Amino acid sequence: MSALSLAYAALFYIATAILVIGVGAKIRRYSTVPAPLKIPTTPAPTTTTGVVLRLTREVVFFESLFKAAKWTWLFGWLFHAALLLVLLRHLRYFQQPVWTPIVWVQAVGTYAGFAMALGLAGLWARRFLVDRVRYISTPSDHLHLALLLAIGLSGLTMRFVAHTDVVAVKAFMLGLMRFDVQPLPADPLLLLHLTLVALLMIVFPISKLMHAPGLFFSPGRNQADTSREQRHVAAWAAALPKK
Amino acid sequence: VTVKGTDAMATAAFKTPTLNRYPVIPLVAEGSMAHSKPFVASPIIQARIGFPGELEDGWERRAVNKMGELLGKYRSLQVYMDSCVHCGACSDKCHYFLGTGDPKNMPVARQDLMRGVYRRYFTFAGKHFPKLVGATDMTKEVLDDWWTYYNQCSECRRCSVFCPYGIDTAEVTMAAREIMDSVGLGQKYSNEIIGKVHRIGNNLGIPGPALKDTLLGLEEDTLEETGLNVRFPLDEPGAQVLLVTPSADFFSEPHVESLIGYAKVFHAAGISWTLSTKASEAGNFGLFIGNYEQMRTISLRVKEAAIELGVRRLVVGECGHAWRVAYSFWNTLIGPFDWLDPNYPVPQHICEMTYDLIQQGALKFDKEKNDDRIITFHDSCNVARASRMGKMPGGQFVIPREIIKAVANHFHDMSPQTTGEATFCCGGGGGLLTDDLMELRVKGALPRMEALKNVVDDHGVNFMAAICAICKAQFSKVLPYYGFDMSMVGGVHQLVSKAIRLGEPH
Repeated sequence: MSALSLAYAALFYIATAILVIGVGAKIRRYSTVPAPLKIPTTPAPTTTTGVVLRLTREVVFFESLFKAAKWTWLFGWLFHAALLLVLLRHLRYFQQPVWTPIVWVQAVGTYAGFAMALGLAGLWARRFLVDRVRYISTPSDHLHLALLLAIGLSGLTMRFVAHTDVVAVKAFMLGLMRFDVQPLPADPLLLLHLTLVALLMIVFPISKLMHAPGLFFSPGRNQADTSREQRHVAAWAAALPKK
Repeated sequence: VTVKGTDAMATAAFKTPTLNRYPVIPLVAEGSMAHSKPFVASPIIQARIGFPGELEDGWERRAVNKMGELLGKYRSLQVYMDSCVHCGACSDKCHYFLGTGDPKNMPVARQDLMRGVYRRYFTFAGKHFPKLVGATDMTKEVLDDWWTYYNQCSECRRCSVFCPYGIDTAEVTMAAREIMDSVGLGQKYSNEIIGKVHRIGNNLGIPGPALKDTLLGLEEDTLEETGLNVRFPLDEPGAQVLLVTPSADFFSEPHVESLIGYAKVFHAAGISWTLSTKASEAGNFGLFIGNYEQMRTISLRVKEAAIELGVRRLVVGECGHAWRVAYSFWNTLIGPFDWLDPNYPVPQHICEMTYDLIQQGALKFDKEKNDDRIITFHDSCNVARASRMGKMPGGQFVIPREIIKAVANHFHDMSPQTTGEATFCCGGGGGLLTDDLMELRVKGALPRMEALKNVVDDHGVNFMAAICAICKAQFSKVLPYYGFDMSMVGGVHQLVSKAIRLGEPH
C-alpha cells in the first residue's frame, strides 16, 4: 500500500474523529448548560408541536432570514439546499449497493454543484459589496467561503473537465469504512478535494459552522411560550438562598 | 435640520436626524457614537446593591471568570457566542444603528465585542489563532468599548426576530452589564434605581405617605370629573386584585391618565382592588442589568405584598419590561401561584382584564368622546417580542388594538415593518432612559418617528397610544425634537378613561 493512501486514510480517520467527538462535545455542552428563564422570541408557539414546526421552518426554509434579507436568503438557501443534494449524491461513494433514492439524486446532484458555487459566490460578493457586511467580515469568514468554494470547484472540475478514477475512489472509501485501506488514485485535483474536505471536517467543531447544531439549542427558537403555565427553574437558580 | 440637545446637561449639541418618507439604511460611520456613554455609578450606589465600587487590580481576570460563570449558567449565551456566522441579517435592524450609522450598533458587531473575548479565553481557535477569528484579550480598551456600546442597546430583541439562529443581543448585553457590574463598573441610572426600589419600594423613590396623598388627590380629581366616588385604594387588605404598576403612573403625565383609566375600569366592573406601598413599582431594572438575583428579589416584593394583603389576583399596569418580567419570569422566579384564584391568568395584564370585561359586555363606552383623536398604536418591544397577552400567540398585538377600537372611532396602524414583532424600540428602553444619553435616545427614536410621520401625514394621526411607562416618558421627551407635540403620546387606558361609561353620579 502506498504511503499516500495510508496518509489519506489516516487523515480521514482523524478528521472524522475530530468532527464526531468535537461536535458531540459541543452538543453535550449545549444540552447541559441550563436555560434558567423562558426567553422565546414571541409570538412563539405554545405547544411542543408548534416548536417543532417553528424549527422545521427555520431549518428547511430559513424563515427568519427570509424576513431579514432577501438576497442573503436567496444565496444562503441556494447554497445550503445545493450542498444537501451534493452530499446526498456523494453517499454513493460509501454504499454498495447504492440506495435507490441516492441513484435518483445523481443527476440533479451534479448540477446542484453549480448552484452551490453560485450561492457561495453570491454570499462572498456581499462581503465586499455591502458596506455593513464588509465591516463585520473577518479573515475567518472569507476563509470559510474560500474553503467551501474550492471544494465545490475542485469537485466540479473532476466531474466535468478532468475525470478522476471514481471507481478507485469508491473502493478507497468503502475500504475506509471496513478499516481495510485500498489504493487511492494520485490525482492532484482529487487529493486537493479530499484534503479540503478533511480540513472542513476538522474546523467544524471549532468554528462558526457550529451554527448548524446551535440553532436547535437556541432558546429564542426552541422554547414554547408556556411561562404562565409552567415553571422553569434551573438547578443553580433553585439553589440560591431563599429570601 | 435643527440643532438641539442643549437642554441635557451632559450632552453636547447634536443634529436631530431628518425624517425620510421611506426608511434609508445609513452608510457605516465608524466611531460616530463612540462618545456616547452613560454616567458611572458611584461606589455608594454600587455598594447598596452588592457590587464592587470601582475597578480594582486584576479586574481583567475577574471579568473573564465571570464570563465563564455566565457561560455555564445561561445556555443562551453559550449557544449565541458560537452560532453567529456574520451573515449580516441583523445589521440593518437595530434602531440605534439606523439612527446613528455607528457600525458597532449593528447587533452582530455589538455581540462581537463580547465574542472576541469569548473566543480568546474559551475556544481553541481563539486561543491559538486569535487574529484569524478576531479574538481579543480583555483589556481596558475592550472594556471601554463594552461600556460605550453595551449601553447603546435597549435589549429590545428586534435583531433576534431576524436572526436565522434566533441570537438575541439582549442576552449578550445583559451578560456584558452583569460582568461589568461584577468588576465594579455599573451604570448610574439603572443601579441607583435598583437601590431605590429596595429602600423605598419604587423606582421614583416616592415614600408611602406621598403616595397615599397623591392617590387621595386623584380620587378628588376623578370625583370632580365624573361626580362619582372612584376609588384609588392603597394597602387595603382583602381586595380581590393587587394592581402592580410602574411608579410613573402615580406622578408623571401622561402616565397618570392611564392610572385613572384602570381605576375607572375596576369601578365600572365592580372589582375590588388595591395598590401596595411595598410593591408600588412594576418596573424591574434587574432585567436591564442581567442580574437574576436582583430580578428575583425585586419580584419577591410583589409576592410578599400579595400575601400580606390577601388578594386573589395579580394585575400588571401599562409597562413593557415589567410585563416581560411578570409574564415570562414571575412564575419561575416567585411562583407557583396556586394560592391565587385559578380562574384568572397569573399575572394578568391590565389590557387582558379590560379586554375580557369588554368581551363579557361588562364595560360600556361613549366612543365619540375620543373623536378628537386620530390614534395609532406603538407596540412596545418587551410586550411584542418577549411576552404575550391572551391565549393566542400574537394576542399582545390584537388585544390593545381591540381595546382602542372599542373606545375610539379613529384608528390607523403604522407600517407593518414597524409594528407587531417588527416594532421599533422607542429609543429609551433597557435602562437608557437617562438624560446623559439624550443624543442616543433622540437618534434611536428615528425609525419610530419616521413611521409616525407617515401616518400623521397620510391620516392626520394626532395620538400615539403605548402601554409602557418608558415609551411614554421617552416619547414625551423626544417627540419635540422631531417637530411633534409631546402630548401626542399617551396610554391605552387614557383612551379607556375618556370613553368609559360609569353610570349616573350619585
